[in-house]
Amino acid sequence: MKKGLIIGLLVAAVAFGAGTYFGRSGKQEMTISSSTQGASYAGGFKAEGVAVKPGDAIRSVAGPAPTNVVVVKDGESIQAAIKAAPKGTIVRVMPGTYHETVYVDKDDIRIIGVIEAGRRAVLDGEKKLNDAILYSGNNFVAENLEIRNYKGNGIMGQAGNNFEIRNNVIVDSGVYGIFPQLGQNGIVEHNVVSKIADAAIYIGMSDNILVAHNDVFDSVAGIEIENSRHAIVEHNYVHNNTGGLLAFVTPGLPIKDTVDVIFRNNFVVGNNHPNFGAPGSTVSGIPAGTGILVMAADDVVIEGNIISDNKVSGIIITDHANAQNITADPESEPNSDRVKILDNVMLRNGYDTITEAKALMLAEGKVGAKNLDIVRVGPSPGSCIINRHQYVTVGVSDFTECDFTNTAATVNYLLPPVPPREIKPGERGKVVYLGICTGCHTYNGRMIGPPVQVIQALYLDNPQGLADYIAKPAKKRDDYPEMPPQDYLDPQTRLAVAQYMLQVTN
Amino acid sequence: MIRALVLLIAAIGTAGATGPAPPDFTLNTSCPPGFEKTQAGVCELRTLYQFYDSLENRGLGGTRTALPPHRDGFTPRQIDLGRYLFFDPVLSGDGTLACASCHDPARGLSDGRPRSLGIHGEDAGRAAPTLWNVAFLKRFFWDARAHSLEAQASGPLYSPREMGNTPTRLLASLNGNATYRRLFQEAFPSHRGPIAEQEIFTALAAFQTSLVSLNSRYDRYVHGYDAALSEREIEGLNVFRSFVARCSECHTPPLFTNEQIAVIGMPEPKGHAFDVGAEAILHSPKLKGAFKVPTLRNITRTAPYSHSGAFADLRSVVDFYNKGRGNAVPKDMHLYLHWHISDPKLTDTEVDRIVDFLGALTDETFLPQTPARVPSGLAPAKRGE
Repeated sequence: MKKGLIIGLLVAAVAFGAGTYFGRSGKQEMTISSSTQGASYAGGFKAEGVAVKPGDAIRSVAGPAPTNVVVVKDGESIQAAIKAAPKGTIVRVMPGTYHETVYVDKDDIRIIGVIEAGRRAVLDGEKKLNDAILYSGNNFVAENLEIRNYKGNGIMGQAGNNFEIRNNVIVDSGVYGIFPQLGQNGIVEHNVVSKIADAAIYIGMSDNILVAHNDVFDSVAGIEIENSRHAIVEHNYVHNNTGGLLAFVTPGLPIKDTVDVIFRNNFVVGNNHPNFGAPGSTVSGIPAGTGILVMAADDVVIEGNIISDNKVSGIIITDHANAQNITADPESEPNSDRVKILDNVMLRNGYDTITEAKALMLAEGKVGAKNLDIVRVGPSPGSCIINRHQYVTVGVSDFTECDFTNTAATVNYLLPPVPPREIKPGERGKVVYLGICTGCHTYNGRMIGPPVQVIQALYLDNPQGLADYIAKPAKKRDDYPEMPPQDYLDPQTRLAVAQYMLQVTN
Repeated sequence: MIRALVLLIAAIGTAGATGPAPPDFTLNTSCPPGFEKTQAGVCELRTLYQFYDSLENRGLGGTRTALPPHRDGFTPRQIDLGRYLFFDPVLSGDGTLACASCHDPARGLSDGRPRSLGIHGEDAGRAAPTLWNVAFLKRFFWDARAHSLEAQASGPLYSPREMGNTPTRLLASLNGNATYRRLFQEAFPSHRGPIAEQEIFTALAAFQTSLVSLNSRYDRYVHGYDAALSEREIEGLNVFRSFVARCSECHTPPLFTNEQIAVIGMPEPKGHAFDVGAEAILHSPKLKGAFKVPTLRNITRTAPYSHSGAFADLRSVVDFYNKGRGNAVPKDMHLYLHWHISDPKLTDTEVDRIVDFLGALTDETFLPQTPARVPSGLAPAKRGE
């Protein structure tokens, strides 16, 4: 199980070996490029509208900070404060220890820890609680917290957009440290995450993401970009994990591809931690000693990283066919297409690599190599590399020369905060009427409740009266059941639906 | 006994056609609840979820997430004609079963059985899935072998283990019925000639797209009313979506399914052979035992559970997941279990809370009306226990 991920190497080795043996006699000609000269990467995500200049780079996506502030002190409940807070609230959490699962199902909530002389607000799950923070609201911010001893995740997002997760310390908190899922437009930066049983930072099925300046270590996977698009992972220190940086397509998920990921300017150092991933998890197949792993992801750019002391290989590029421990997905394209490897500093990688990789090297005639920087198995069409001569490689001989040398023109893939959709009261009234009221009322016929025509006659000039009635109905008619209260609609919506109901004509 | 009764009624119905004037069937010109009749005269769904967005427009995510793209835009007459067809046993080979026999409005649009029964009372092999919210689905059947409601319809209609009809007999019986000829003409005014199979499928699809359930207490919570869920249900929601239990990873809101096919390794009922599921359709051994993730909306209404009804109640299902990865995989069989199938070690209380939460997903306000009579004159089908 543990080394299932690239077990297919041996078969691949024969094919590579044959091609190498017959196809090449001497050394390949060197093509030397300078990454400070030359073209910049022109692929990748382009926001609609005006191009972003480096100076204008967006570093905040959650919109203007709310003015409403509440303070939670040691001994109080963060969740109680969030429950009571209207959307658009900063919840300041004072230093202390909090044993709770915090969930946020409304927009514009910011949980900001206050650090006093190094003392943080600590969420401690005591290995009993599942997740520290679950959010599904948009414009969510979590800062300055310390999270320990949860069983599920440190911070997990479910479809919240415009999120910022920064300056948190997360230790030994279950499966993922930071896990935004199904969200768009988010920043994960300046977090220190360690001892996580799967990925310390896991971007799952999300778009337009920046992961920067994080320190991640002692976990199975450092930073994982999975079934996501338009992600930049830069300036992170990723050390002593089983695998450092991962760009994956995992099968069996509803979003099927990973496209457009830039790994740049990271330290990917000594990721040799024994694999302690749960049996059956995708990461349990990662060989300990993997710097960067690309599996079935497309358009991954690897640039400017210092990749050193990863004992199996600095970079592994593979596909689904060579990953034996994962399920099939006929809708996922299984290959890592168009990988682009630019200048990286690679030192002392592959010094204790796996048997299969050794066999591959042998087959390519790389006898006596003490190191291995890059290994590729499985098809990887359209891939390119510059200055390949500087690395010890296997399986990249058919990579072309990239027609660019850097990604300087790509600042990040973030978007301005997506503004909430403006809903006119009339539109809301109509939708509530059709979506809810028509379950019991028709225009002119008897259903569960009286016909709309009858209601119109009663409340013709009195929409407020009708709005008040539906919030707190009383039994009016012997021959109809009592109406259930509609007080879950806010007063504005109740009035809008009353107004709409009083003017429908069929 | 039941069958004899049905046949008796059928006989009376047929006899009645020559006697007193046949009942005058008319098609509704108003849209079903939840739908707006547009200027063009078609029915379009309206729901509060349309005010939200979703990543890649996939309709998957958390609370205030848009629904996936859906089918609508049928005329009220097409929908109502579909309703008559749906409840009319004339669609089966021997006039004893209607769609509604196994998708019964009184049983969560399913049939309350572990596996459905065909026209001769035989085991149809798999459980009848609920039809709630099928307008949003892209795949049909437990093994996901059909990709539209129209394509799905021919499955049960013509399966000898289910409704046992043939295209020829189906068209002959409908075209032999003056009421149906008139109603199809009204529902498909531009069509000339005899009733065609495609129109039958269209009308059935039109009706099924009206089976929408999005007004549960959970939905009220989503739309901003915190008190719609009890404390226990909120605790359950938080376990449900936690990464320890991982329920919502596949039963993803707002539909509570991500429509993927997944190998879960559920047991078969005693004496029931192992069902390879989607492997047989997609010819992929890694998908042995894979089934489509079912919705959990109205789940309390559709016991027993699983593709073959192995679980009598919801708690047993949650217990199964909690017993750990592969706990029911037959010996000597290797299954590629989905990676989300883990070993969650939930407490008994947490399991109870999940079950509590699932009860908040019930909403049947848009339940369709069973017609008092159907054009064939047969008794609008119920299996009638």
